[in-house]
Amino acid sequence: MNLVPHLPALQVVVPLIAAPLTVLLRRRSVAFVVALLASWVALAISIALWLQVAHSGTITYAIGSWPAPWGIEYRVDRLNSFLLVLVSAIAALVLPYSRASIEAEVPPQQHYLFYTMFVLCLTGLLGIAITGDAFNVFVFLEISSLSAYVLIALGRDRRALFAAYQYLLMGSIGATFLVIGIGLLYLMTGTLNLADMGQRISNVQGTRPVLAALAFITVGVSLKLALFPLHQWLPNAYTFAPSAVSAFLAATATKVAVYVLLRFYFTVFGESAVFAKLPMEQMMLVLALAGMFAASTIAIFQTDLKRLFAYSSVAQIGYIILGLSFDSVSGLTASIVHLFNHGITKGAIYMLLGCVAVGMGGTSLARVQGLGKRMPLTSFGIVIGGLSLMGVPGTAGFISKWYLLLAALEKGQWWLVFLIVLSSLLAAAYVWRFVEAAYFREPRKDTADVAATPWLMSVPTAILVIAIVYFGLDTSFTIGTAADAATALMGGRR
Amino acid sequence: MLTPEQAILAAMAVPLGGALLIALARRIPNLRETITLVTAAILLTVVLSLLPLVLAGARPGLVLFSLLPGLDIAFQVEPLGMLFALIASGLWIVNSLYSIGYVRGNKEAHQTRFFVCFALAIAATMGIAFSGNLFTLFVFYEVLTLSTYPLVTHHGTDKARDGGRVYLGLLLSTSTLFLLPALVFIWFVAGTTDFTVGGILADKLKPSELAILLALCVFGISKAALMPFHRWLPAAMVAPTPVSALLHAVAVVKAGVFSVVKVIVYVFGIDTLATAGATQWLILVAGFTIIAASVVALSADNLKRRLAYSTISQLAYVTMAAALLAPLSMVGAVMHIAAHAVGKITLFFAAGSIYTAAHKTEVSQLDGIGRRMPWTMGAFAIATLSMIGLPPAAGFISKWYMVSGAMAGQHWLAVTVIVLSTLLNAGYFLPIVYRAFFVAPPADPHGHPHGEAPLPMVIALTATASATVLLFFFPDVPLALARQMINP
Repeated sequence: MNLVPHLPALQVVVPLIAAPLTVLLRRRSVAFVVALLASWVALAISIALWLQVAHSGTITYAIGSWPAPWGIEYRVDRLNSFLLVLVSAIAALVLPYSRASIEAEVPPQQHYLFYTMFVLCLTGLLGIAITGDAFNVFVFLEISSLSAYVLIALGRDRRALFAAYQYLLMGSIGATFLVIGIGLLYLMTGTLNLADMGQRISNVQGTRPVLAALAFITVGVSLKLALFPLHQWLPNAYTFAPSAVSAFLAATATKVAVYVLLRFYFTVFGESAVFAKLPMEQMMLVLALAGMFAASTIAIFQTDLKRLFAYSSVAQIGYIILGLSFDSVSGLTASIVHLFNHGITKGAIYMLLGCVAVGMGGTSLARVQGLGKRMPLTSFGIVIGGLSLMGVPGTAGFISKWYLLLAALEKGQWWLVFLIVLSSLLAAAYVWRFVEAAYFREPRKDTADVAATPWLMSVPTAILVIAIVYFGLDTSFTIGTAADAATALMGGRR
Repeated sequence: MLTPEQAILAAMAVPLGGALLIALARRIPNLRETITLVTAAILLTVVLSLLPLVLAGARPGLVLFSLLPGLDIAFQVEPLGMLFALIASGLWIVNSLYSIGYVRGNKEAHQTRFFVCFALAIAATMGIAFSGNLFTLFVFYEVLTLSTYPLVTHHGTDKARDGGRVYLGLLLSTSTLFLLPALVFIWFVAGTTDFTVGGILADKLKPSELAILLALCVFGISKAALMPFHRWLPAAMVAPTPVSALLHAVAVVKAGVFSVVKVIVYVFGIDTLATAGATQWLILVAGFTIIAASVVALSADNLKRRLAYSTISQLAYVTMAAALLAPLSMVGAVMHIAAHAVGKITLFFAAGSIYTAAHKTEVSQLDGIGRRMPWTMGAFAIATLSMIGLPPAAGFISKWYMVSGAMAGQHWLAVTVIVLSTLLNAGYFLPIVYRAFFVAPPADPHGHPHGEAPLPMVIALTATASATVLLFFFPDVPLALARQMINP
């Protein structure tokens, strides 16, 4: 049987089947192997899909051979194949890492549940990315969200429960808003297929329900992607979740939500004149800038590294939304490439912080004093991640910043150019909080016997840190794909 | 034998490999120091192998790889970069010798990190010297900032941390706030950032835009220490003296003025700027920096601080001479990069050997020290001549060209600045020499008798002082390179 035509379905089905298997098999080492295999197969499939799309264009796949728009359609183009690679690659790296990481953070009898929830979350995120059906987006969003709540609640600190609860409340509001928006669109266009919706919406453009749908979807998705000021859930969630979960969610969850926003804005609303009626660009611009500056400033005053970098994530999401607000090919390229670059950067940083938590017994700035002496390589890795957040040349972050600056210049907006570089200086300020603690303070006595980092943790982390530098130097994969995707999206906009 | 392209890559690879070997040899100090010296010697040989080619008119270059379409990491050796690489690699040998004496004499901690970062900084410097476009230069410029940060904060004290904050904060924020937007803009307007003879911005921008863009570049390259973005240099003086000597008299600050000259000549183009009159403001700012920094130096009692402000003033000479856009002053600017490098490194060497032998840091403590440390203070006196611009020292030649250029272009303001600052230079340097040799040492019953600094240090500073004099009698190579730069 030839599986190649069915790769789009398998992309989601493989981790979906792995989830109940881990529950049935129960033994944590077996569950680990199943989850690991599922994530690696998912990675292989996503790379195959990316290659296929790069080679011969968009793939459509009718689930159960029910043709669109009646059945559910999976649709893989340059944009979401790129995202699939990001999500599955991060999962494939975080899973082996989690084996050793949750040892210290999650009670052993819950380990198999961790793997179940992890592959379910992966299923949800991959599903959101691959599906071409609006209601399906909502369903997969719920799958990924519900499993994410559980994953966060597994954190050792009791405050993890509160963090998960907070995320659950905010996430549910977001999902409800999204489904209201989708419902309104369904009412007006009579279809749930995203591409079809984009065609038919021109007949009803500018009507009040469509505008309302736009508003509901914007707010709902913005909650999920933690757009300032709807980011309240994020710092707690990232801080109190187990390290592996922080790493996985920080690198993927918000990025997939941004993708949903891009998909609705450009594929669905793209052809209608909705944007002409509402100052969407200006609104997004203001929110993005507010996020970049407010969250970075808050980050400077944090005393825990996980929380510090969580606020940094809110700020970096500001960059992504800023690129989107330019409504130009280079702006969108910046957004899309920053999805990836920030994903790997933040993933690496949270994985490193997990190593720190294991070695030093915590991630507060007071505890990581002298980290440069205690764990020189880990500490250096965090510095590299920090440089990428600042956008120093030679790191992935620089590439995103370059395109963002270019997009601002194309619009002739010099003041934005300066605001962008100014905000990267704020990043320098919060990164330097870490540098000074790690290199200019004597290590504490109680961190004298640092536990060696298990190789299962250090190897995947090192791969991701190297990726930060690699994608700062070789941009053929990232920019190549992002530029194509941006051009295609802007094509839909006309 | 290496092909020119291989030699360019080797100029960066050799110090990088050296850094790796130094790190590996951390347990055996003697081997580690041998590696440093051998690496430095190999580097100089590699750089020298390129010199005849460049003098003969060849401009070897290569594209290493492409970061984005039209944005390459590329290298090209042209006369100015050749000279800069020659100075930096030549003085690295002397400096390594000196450093070995210094870190051992002062029993510094973290010696391996010190030598590793030093080698990395040299690799970055070579990258700057041979960069083929503004983007490559920018990348290595940032690498140089980051790799020298651990050297500046070497002592790890609160004072070092504060100095490091100013150092990194100022260098990084100016390059990010001004140079990066300028770089993106140049790429946006010209579609390239390649260093091209005659510039790449001809007929593309209005005169006012040219002036603003030049301001972004010049202030963005704050390693050139133009006021008001000069404060990182005095702040960096918390570093051990060999760091101040090589980095803050040669590699880092010269990377600054080198980049400024390079941008003026190869990005904007001398003719484009002259037609637009876009450098008038720069002459004023640089002139102000020359005078103001000299005045501050006059009142500084700490020897290294006085040297730092003297450096700020001397760097502004180069910027001003380049901004005059006259051929003669351009030659002066290039010559001054070489002359000031050998002179100022001698002064820092002397300051370091005074600190090592006598533990003195203030000018007011130096009464009669020349009698105990004749070699050190003799070298100091020669370097002082060069700073003031008197024969027989290299500084005379560069000042001669600068004044000639200013006169030829009838820039009387610039001429006045140079004359006035010469007086000021004499005013803050000659008293030190006078104190050292002609004032009787204080009767100090507690003073421990001391002689000269350790031998490697004395050898090093004698060598650079001799170079200052030799460059006066044989200035042919720098002058030939400078002429090639303006008349390719």
